[in-house]
Amino acid sequence: MKSASLPRVLPGFTLSLGYTISYLSLIVLIPLAAVFIKTSAMPLDAFWQAVTAPRVLASYRLSFGMALLAAAINSVFGLLLAWSLVRYRFPGKKLVDALVDLPFALPTAVAGIALTALYAGNGWIGRYLDPLGIKVAFGPLGVLVALVFIGLPFVVRTVQPVLEDLDTELEEAATCLGAHRWQTFRHVILPVLQPALMTGFALAFARAVGEYGSVIFIAGNIPMVSEITPLMIISKLEQYDYSGATAIASVMLVVSFLLLLAINGLQAWSARKRGQGPAVASGPRARPPEHSDRDSTSSTARERAQGNAAIGTRSRLAAEPRQGRSE
Amino acid sequence: MSIQVQNIHKAFGNFVALDNLTLDFPSGELVALLGPSGCGKTTLLRVIAGLEQADSGKVLLDGEDASDTHVRERQVGFVFQHYALFRHMTVFDNVAFGLRMKPRKDRPSEADIKRKVHELLQLVQLDWLADRFPAQLSGGQRQRIALARALAVEPRVLLLDEPFGALDAKVRKELRRWLRRLHDELHITSIFVTHDQEEALEVADRVVLMNHGKVEQIGTPDEVYRHPATSFVYGFLGSANRFEGRSAAGGIDVGGTHLATSAHHVGEDNEVVAFVRPHELDILLDEEGAGIPARITRVLSVGALTRVELEGSGRQDGQHYDVELPYESWHAQAFNAGQPVRLQPRALRVFAQNETAGTR
Repeated sequence: MKSASLPRVLPGFTLSLGYTISYLSLIVLIPLAAVFIKTSAMPLDAFWQAVTAPRVLASYRLSFGMALLAAAINSVFGLLLAWSLVRYRFPGKKLVDALVDLPFALPTAVAGIALTALYAGNGWIGRYLDPLGIKVAFGPLGVLVALVFIGLPFVVRTVQPVLEDLDTELEEAATCLGAHRWQTFRHVILPVLQPALMTGFALAFARAVGEYGSVIFIAGNIPMVSEITPLMIISKLEQYDYSGATAIASVMLVVSFLLLLAINGLQAWSARKRGQGPAVASGPRARPPEHSDRDSTSSTARERAQGNAAIGTRSRLAAEPRQGRSE
Repeated sequence: MSIQVQNIHKAFGNFVALDNLTLDFPSGELVALLGPSGCGKTTLLRVIAGLEQADSGKVLLDGEDASDTHVRERQVGFVFQHYALFRHMTVFDNVAFGLRMKPRKDRPSEADIKRKVHELLQLVQLDWLADRFPAQLSGGQRQRIALARALAVEPRVLLLDEPFGALDAKVRKELRRWLRRLHDELHITSIFVTHDQEEALEVADRVVLMNHGKVEQIGTPDEVYRHPATSFVYGFLGSANRFEGRSAAGGIDVGGTHLATSAHHVGEDNEVVAFVRPHELDILLDEEGAGIPARITRVLSVGALTRVELEGSGRQDGQHYDVELPYESWHAQAFNAGQPVRLQPRALRVFAQNETAGTR
């Protein structure tokens, strides 16, 4: 890498890269590779049969569908929750703030049992939903409830700091320009929050796909209806069908990875569109604005910002991000 | 459009930001609200814009009570100190924002918006930056874009909150001149807030001096500089040497030294504060005559004016004085640091101590 050979302010690029790769290999790559190696020992038709069995296909639909739905629900309500926590002052705010993290800490089995008790036909909430024909526990809806529960903190915690940094002046500026509240939210606030919101969505989704403990209690685990993919893997294991289990696991891994890759790609694309990605940012900046005689003000600003000492292009470019952040 | 502010009162907890303020901003003028930080000038601007609600009092825009009109409908252009540009939009989209947010029936066509935005960008001389993002601009450019954005919705008044406060000295000076030229072109009623007296005196048609939520003086830059109404105004505008003493017959008494001046407006034997500008103070070399005893501590002779810093001696010990004189006359007298001298003011302005509403 060319950049590695350039002198840096912080040394140790090679060391940190080496450390990163070996650590990642040890913790993530090797265990995951084992899944694929185990699977590759299977004959192809047996693999295909294992991963396309109707029960397994139904479980994919449920797992990925509900995880996406739960992440979407969490994006909306997580944003709402983060907004309330940042923008308003109310009694018990600290308590609510702490409650948000509870799904992180609670053993998932406890959460599953608690939710089941609440939403079962004779539970506190379930008994009112049951007469309306809404069956939450022991069905796909129960899976959704559990996944929403465990994914909630991700969106709140990713959006909250960005929202705290958001300048109220931006909203005031938009209002002065005649924008209504919804327009201000849609065109000014949401674009700023969008990267954090997408990160929160991805995290909540990833967590929901892999969730086992809480779902297993509330889902009812009815074949073809409310069986999640992790349950399929466990049941294969219980039958000592190790290669069948790893086959399903590898499919799940690949799909999850592709989905997360797609979300990251979407994020990079939208960042580029907004001129914050590396591609656009380095493009126009590469041409130093100083060379334009049409704008004397900017050139003096920049030269002064660099203490009049920096003349080389490299230092000029280096000074620019600092200016950007000063806003 | 004219702006009238009537009996505006605004407090934040125990802190009174605006104390029963009444002001009149005539149509088409560029007015500076000048004062130290915390004097309520920004609060007043925000109340006029509708971003802040006054506790009591009225804001009249064009003679109509606007107290209950929402910011959106007040048609004010507001420029923030830190630009408040939308980072995720290009310069073009930033300027077009106000036009695109209009209700569908009033919204110009995309072609009209394009034409209008380019007109505005040409007005601020930054048409070539239309496709850039705010992060790629310098501070001065950003503020000009913010101004173009505010002008896009054709506001009836333009309010600028310390518009050049975040810029460095040289850019500030250039933008100042540029704002003045722009105002001469557009003639839109404008109010700008600043704590920089030089900025206010240079740019504005009229200066409103504020302190502790009250108006100290209103006038043209020349009026307020030459005839400060209160001791606060004198001390705030330009540098000034301050003497404390008592009024006496035919002058004032400063630490045993009699200074002849007209001080009858403060009565006799009262505590007074007297001010004199550095260029109105003479240095006398004879040690025994009239004037305040002092010692030269430093001489700065860079440029056309020589600045002499002095320290009071005798009963004025520890007092600091500044004198400015042309380089030639300093050269002719050639005094040195450490030399004991006497200071004789040529023009002295006397204000009664503890008096805020001063006399001329």
